[in-house]
Amino acid sequence: MANLTPELEKARQKILAIAKDFGLDFYDTIFEIITYDQMNQFAAYGGFPVRYPHWRFGMDYEKLAKSYEYGLSKIYEMVINNDPCYAYLMEGNRTVDQKLVMAHVYGHCDFFKNNKWFAPTDRKMMDTMANHATRIRRYIDRYGVDEVETFIDHCLSLENLIDRYSPYIPKSSERGRPEEEEKKGSLFTSGKEFLDEYISSAAKFRAGDHHSEQGQEEHMRIPERPERDVLLFLMKHAPLKNWQQDVLSIVRAEAYYFVPQGMTKIMNEGWASYWHSKMMTEKILSDSEVIDYADACAGTLAMSPMSFNPYKVGIELFRNIEERWNKGRFGKEWNECTDIAEKKSWDKKLGLGREKIFQVRRDYNDVTFIDEFLTEEFCVDNKMFVYRFNNRTGQYEVDTRNFPAIKKQLLFQLTNFGQPIITVENANYKNRGELLLRHLYEGVEMQTNYMEETLKNLHKIWKRPVHISTTIDNKEQFVGYDGKELSHSDAVSA
Amino acid sequence: MSIRRDHSRFRDIVRGKIRENFKKYVSHDELIGKREKDYVKIPVPYIDIPRFKYGPKQQGGVGQGDGKEGDAVDGGDPQSGEGQAGNNPGEHSLEVEMSFDELADILGEELQLPRIEPKGSKIQSQKTEYSGMAPVGPDSLRHFKSSYKRALKRYISSGIYNPKDPVVIPIRQDFRYRSFKTVTEPQANAVVIYIMDVSGSMGEEQKEIVRLESFWINTWLKKHYKGLETRFIVHDAAAKEVDEETFFRTSESGGTLISSAYKVCRDIINEEYPADQWNIYPFHFSDGDNWSSDDTKLCMKILTEDILPKVNFFGYGQVESKYGSGQFYKDLEKEYPSNEKVVLSKIKNKEHILASIKDFLGKSR
Repeated sequence: MANLTPELEKARQKILAIAKDFGLDFYDTIFEIITYDQMNQFAAYGGFPVRYPHWRFGMDYEKLAKSYEYGLSKIYEMVINNDPCYAYLMEGNRTVDQKLVMAHVYGHCDFFKNNKWFAPTDRKMMDTMANHATRIRRYIDRYGVDEVETFIDHCLSLENLIDRYSPYIPKSSERGRPEEEEKKGSLFTSGKEFLDEYISSAAKFRAGDHHSEQGQEEHMRIPERPERDVLLFLMKHAPLKNWQQDVLSIVRAEAYYFVPQGMTKIMNEGWASYWHSKMMTEKILSDSEVIDYADACAGTLAMSPMSFNPYKVGIELFRNIEERWNKGRFGKEWNECTDIAEKKSWDKKLGLGREKIFQVRRDYNDVTFIDEFLTEEFCVDNKMFVYRFNNRTGQYEVDTRNFPAIKKQLLFQLTNFGQPIITVENANYKNRGELLLRHLYEGVEMQTNYMEETLKNLHKIWKRPVHISTTIDNKEQFVGYDGKELSHSDAVSA
Repeated sequence: MSIRRDHSRFRDIVRGKIRENFKKYVSHDELIGKREKDYVKIPVPYIDIPRFKYGPKQQGGVGQGDGKEGDAVDGGDPQSGEGQAGNNPGEHSLEVEMSFDELADILGEELQLPRIEPKGSKIQSQKTEYSGMAPVGPDSLRHFKSSYKRALKRYISSGIYNPKDPVVIPIRQDFRYRSFKTVTEPQANAVVIYIMDVSGSMGEEQKEIVRLESFWINTWLKKHYKGLETRFIVHDAAAKEVDEETFFRTSESGGTLISSAYKVCRDIINEEYPADQWNIYPFHFSDGDNWSSDDTKLCMKILTEDILPKVNFFGYGQVESKYGSGQFYKDLEKEYPSNEKVVLSKIKNKEHILASIKDFLGKSR
């Protein structure tokens, strides 16, 4: 790891000044030059220099290293949402690439700091991650690598079962039972593991605590309302040892940290690309660098039929918004205008574009961004389409270029990150302390073999039979695992 | 770097998978096909952390580009970037490169094979190692730390060292240089001589077994002897030395005179591999049908007089075939009831390869 070379440092100061001039606002940003191998390592660690020990990072590293060695992929930039921001440049890239990356990074840093969906993130995540690593290493020293690693495997299997919007809800219901208190409770049980069974709240109802028999149905029902944060629920109610509870909380905290990045992928990349392109072409590039720059840009903004390029769509949408607000192409008058010729030459010279895109970058996430600003004209101009798998021909095919369909598909993919929405329905299912999850079916079924394996892992944490209600082959079904075998049954009663 | 540890952890898990399914791999000729110079490529099922997720084919996605409705979208797998598609376990497999050394380690652990102790060898090889220090030498080999230490010692012992101004100026006598020493170490040479019966009764399946078994024996021996040499002899009624390619491909037919092969083997040993310098491992694979009991007697004679005194051990693997009587195994058993140098093994089918390897290599010789 090295500091910038004098040449790059000069470029950095210049770019920094230009970025500030344009009104970008970011935490201090520290650039470091690293080798491709370090780049692969950091990328495997999700951008961080230190993570807890786990084999999956090694696997990711091997994939990255292989594809770099075979010349299939190369990571240009990496930046961490942290205060200060850390950004990495790869040793040996052309100077013009490094400049591009720096300009791009300042765009990201501005987004991290100002987009409101990033507001609840831990800005000292670099330290927090290192801290997590230390804690997990300590557990490994104490309980052995196999035991801890296997448990992490189980947790990671459930990693996506969090409530992505909960950080934005003012904590009232949750604060009613602060986590602190929960922690204390578990500390109390810590010394005497043999008592845990009888003390933890989970054990109480697992054992069929009928003391409140006169109590109504609701009292028996845990959770009272379906709970989307499955991990939190497990932390509170599964029969876990203290260290396991802590590991689960680490996995959960890290999952939440990455939420806003997934939530704003299109916007974030679009915003950064918008700014690097503006800064590079207007202020930074020397004549001799133009071709190389264009080449690099063409690479990152290339469209490919099967993948949707967030850089491309993001930057185009931001430019589109800027133009529309500059020319006043919005509001009642614009919407009601039906004269194509008039619409084409519509320009009220409002000059509100710049202000508008800054506001958009502050308030929106990908879902609201696409929902509000994706226009039919835009889809046509960018040749967007929906593809589906055709079972008859065995390949993916262009399904439609219909605008509402494209928008619907995009929004579906973005909502909950294209992950199935799963809630804890009942933790005392069949009145036997069995766990019932529910998949909120929205027209797309889950992959069965993955689901079954995940259930097995869930069972290892819950330690009692687990079930999920979902839809398979257009039929609502219950899939269960009792520690020995999987069962499928038709939905009769929940 | 900590990624190294995670990476080796991942490799351990992969190795674990291979070990779990080792029996399957042993009788897998695919493995030999993917052999490179120093490693083999082993297909292992993709490792993934299971999650609740959508099936990729159900979901579809949004793309950009040309094409009419109904046109195929090329590009195979969609990029997983947008969370549309993931890898289906079973459909994809991970190809893991594993060096012969690692493979031999697994084989060794799986079968609990003892390390081979090479015969004492009179051959010594010499090499140089930069491990010592000398008061003279070229500047490029000057060792800063020891030079400084000596200078410091001299300063302190002569009382001119000033802790407040700790400047140490070395003089000529302080300098120390890295220097090499010549080390001699015994060198272990080894040769494996594979003899295969290619008479009419040895079919494709039998040869496949021989091929797999010799691959594994080679892998194991290679781990213990750098620069292991291999020789190949085929025989029916007459024997000849062939190269590796021919050894596995050739299909002769005819009668069987085992003694012919033993003679070639004996000659090779006598001419090229003096017993005091070489570890010699002949392996003979046959279905056990010899032409006559006279020839068998001749075989025993050559074995006892010429081959056995010189080799580490002599391995005889009898591959079961529809036509073979298996008499030769019994003859050997009778002739050498307690000779440690003769190792016999019966290989019924592919499943028994592992057990047979254990028979051969189970004792360190």
